[in-house]
Amino acid sequence: MPVIVHEEKCTGCKLCVAACPYTVISMQEEKAVLLPGCTYCGACIDTCEFGAITFEDFQGRLCMDVALFKGTHVFIEHDNQTASKVSLELLGKARGLADEFSRQGKDQLVTAILIGYELGDMADELIAYGADHVIVVNDESFKMYRTDIYTKAIVQIAGVKKPEILLFGATAQGRDLAPRIASRLRTGLTADCTALEICKDEGILLQTKPAFGGNMMVTIACPDNRPQMATVRPGVMKKYPRDPDKIGTKEVMKIDLDENDFIIHIRDIMASTKKHVKLEDAEIIVAGGHGVNNQQGLKILETLSDELGAELGASRAAVDEGWIGQDHQIGQTGKTVQPDLYIACGISGSLQHLAGISQSKYIIAINTDRKAPIVSASDVTFIGDLFQIVPVLKDKIREYKKRTD
Amino acid sequence: MNIIVTVKQVPDTHEVKIDPKTGALIREGVPSIINPEDKNAIEEALRLKKSSDDGEVTVLSMGPLQAESTLREALSMGVDRAILVSDRAFAGADTLATSYTLSMAIKKIERYDLILCGSQTIDGETGQVGPQLAEWLDLPQATHAEEINIQGNLVTVKSNFDSVTRVMEMKTPALITVSNRINKPRYKHMNKVLRAYRDKAVVTWSKEDLKLNPIRIGLNGSPTWVRKTFVHSHSRDGIVVEKPAANCAEDILDFILEKALLKL
Ligand SMILES: Cc1cc2nc3c(=O)[nH]c(=O)nc-3n(C[C@H](O)[C@H](O)[C@H](O)COP(=O)(O)OP(=O)(O)OC[C@H]3O[C@@H](n4cnc5c(N)ncnc54)[C@H](O)[C@@H]3O)c2cc1C
Ligand SMILES: Nc1ncnc2c1ncn2[C@@H]1O[C@H](COP(=O)(O)O)[C@@H](O)[C@H]1O
Repeated sequence: MPVIVHEEKCTGCKLCVAACPYTVISMQEEKAVLLPGCTYCGACIDTCEFGAITFEDFQGRLCMDVALFKGTHVFIEHDNQTASKVSLELLGKARGLADEFSRQGKDQLVTAILIGYELGDMADELIAYGADHVIVVNDESFKMYRTDIYTKAIVQIAGVKKPEILLFGATAQGRDLAPRIASRLRTGLTADCTALEICKDEGILLQTKPAFGGNMMVTIACPDNRPQMATVRPGVMKKYPRDPDKIGTKEVMKIDLDENDFIIHIRDIMASTKKHVKLEDAEIIVAGGHGVNNQQGLKILETLSDELGAELGASRAAVDEGWIGQDHQIGQTGKTVQPDLYIACGISGSLQHLAGISQSKYIIAINTDRKAPIVSASDVTFIGDLFQIVPVLKDKIREYKKRTD
Repeated sequence: MNIIVTVKQVPDTHEVKIDPKTGALIREGVPSIINPEDKNAIEEALRLKKSSDDGEVTVLSMGPLQAESTLREALSMGVDRAILVSDRAFAGADTLATSYTLSMAIKKIERYDLILCGSQTIDGETGQVGPQLAEWLDLPQATHAEEINIQGNLVTVKSNFDSVTRVMEMKTPALITVSNRINKPRYKHMNKVLRAYRDKAVVTWSKEDLKLNPIRIGLNGSPTWVRKTFVHSHSRDGIVVEKPAANCAEDILDFILEKALLKL
């Protein structure tokens, strides 16, 4: 399905040269000429206003030359000092995918894309967490995240490296950036994935995400376009155990920027004044739902949570009532957690809520309703009034701690 | 100030049920609504229009003909114009094909200063169409806006980005996706509802009305394919304990100690 330039129609306007992510179009005697390495992404065809570029023998569906693409690239989110947790989780996942690829007889490298300014020894850390190779873009322009030039940088990297898989955290930043890149590369993108695996027969990436408010899981593939792109929910993948002796390579890349690339200006970045809630890292979570009745009810849970050294979580119903801040919300539209123990108090266990807690090692529920869905989703359910059980439990834990002191 | 708001008709996911036998989504009897955050986008557009001297708010949707009712609802909120892009050939579009088709409709609309989208739909839940549309149109973007201010051709957007709040500035034309925290959408006004049905037309554009590249639309223009849908089983087959509160508390403590979960 090669791309052909119809010389008689080409006006030499160079729009296609700028649009080609793989930089395989050059101008020769005022006409566009295709160099080797074209992936058939079709970006030039979209851009040409004169119909001078088309596919030959087009069969109705665009199929890129997928054989040109190799390896998994992970975009690293960071604060110029440390990589975010989800980025490390993605490196861990990418390692797992690489192992699966090598079982299928394909050797694949895990590459971290590290963009920022004054990045310290972060590249070495990324290697310790599973990267084989780190591409570093170190430039003051990239000190703060900006959609415009970060898109340009990653498209340039993808154009040169042709990764088979390109992953982002499903964070505000990842979900701002990845769609823009996917459009420019003319490829598919799956949002907010909770599972990634390699299909045994076809060797392609199967990407699973929740939809319809957690009512349903959908598995999506991108068979004919590359890179296969996904944003992945924080808290669902496992980090690779840090190995300071792991060997990897580093490569510095320069991104050519000019003033027209800066179309969004950051006027201010304010850290949220709220204390950061660390639900994703918590070993124990005590969570309250509509059954806690009011803010006071949540305070009772908080005393239990403090006694256990746990974090306090909530269902959306409790958040919507305004009893607790949104950063405590767990579930489909909140956080995904994976504690050793999840204690659900006065939570009915809607699908949307369960979507965020199903990876907990143990789930205990306290609920007055034997028929609530949380019952079958828990390891143990105590049928009873949380206002009676929780204060006694707190006292018993305190006593126990005193005794063993 | 001319503003285009993209809106999608979605099933009300609060009402969606799963067939326990087949695991399929039961759509019958499930009402169709305007995607909730798209209402926030409409509300914001109406607010911004009011603060400028002239201009129009246009709502634009891609979907089956039945999506017209969604556009009528938008008209009843007070928007000036509604356009439905509808054609069999658009069926099966993923976010790349959807954003492409919308971008070509917007090119046909021609005059706009601002495009507003919802941050995310409640059916697909991707939040991708906004940024992808911005890319097709080569516009600056801001996502998850919680505040928008316009002065001349400069638009300032405040967004909550996980643990930080960002204030961004860009020149119009620009695309902004709005969070549900930006405003409270108005209820439709009864008089307006009547007028929306009587006076204003929903314009429908088919494939022939747009200058489309056939390789980018519908199923064939969609790089992603749905391979499988399924329902997650959350069942743990756990035990149920019904005892006086003090005994329950005792049991929970025992459970915690037995699994060595208590940090001293
Ligand atoms: C698109 C979409 C996304 C959503 N995302 C999320 C999400 O991320 N997270 C989320 O949690 N929800 C989410 N929801 C909402 C979800 O559908 C439910 O409405 C919500 O989880 C219910 O919260 P709840 O269990 O606290 O309240 P309820 O369903 O009202 O349950 C309260 C429970 O408390 C019990 N109870 C009452 N009194 C007591 C007592 N004294 N002692 C013990 N038990 C008591 C009751 O028996 C009942 O089971 C979403 C919905 C939609 C449509
Ligand atoms: N078919 C569509 N027609 C018009 N606008 C859409 C359509 N699909 C998505 N959008 C817009 O894009 C936003 C994000 O949608 P999504 O990417 O599906 O989560 C929505 O809130 C709408 O503003």
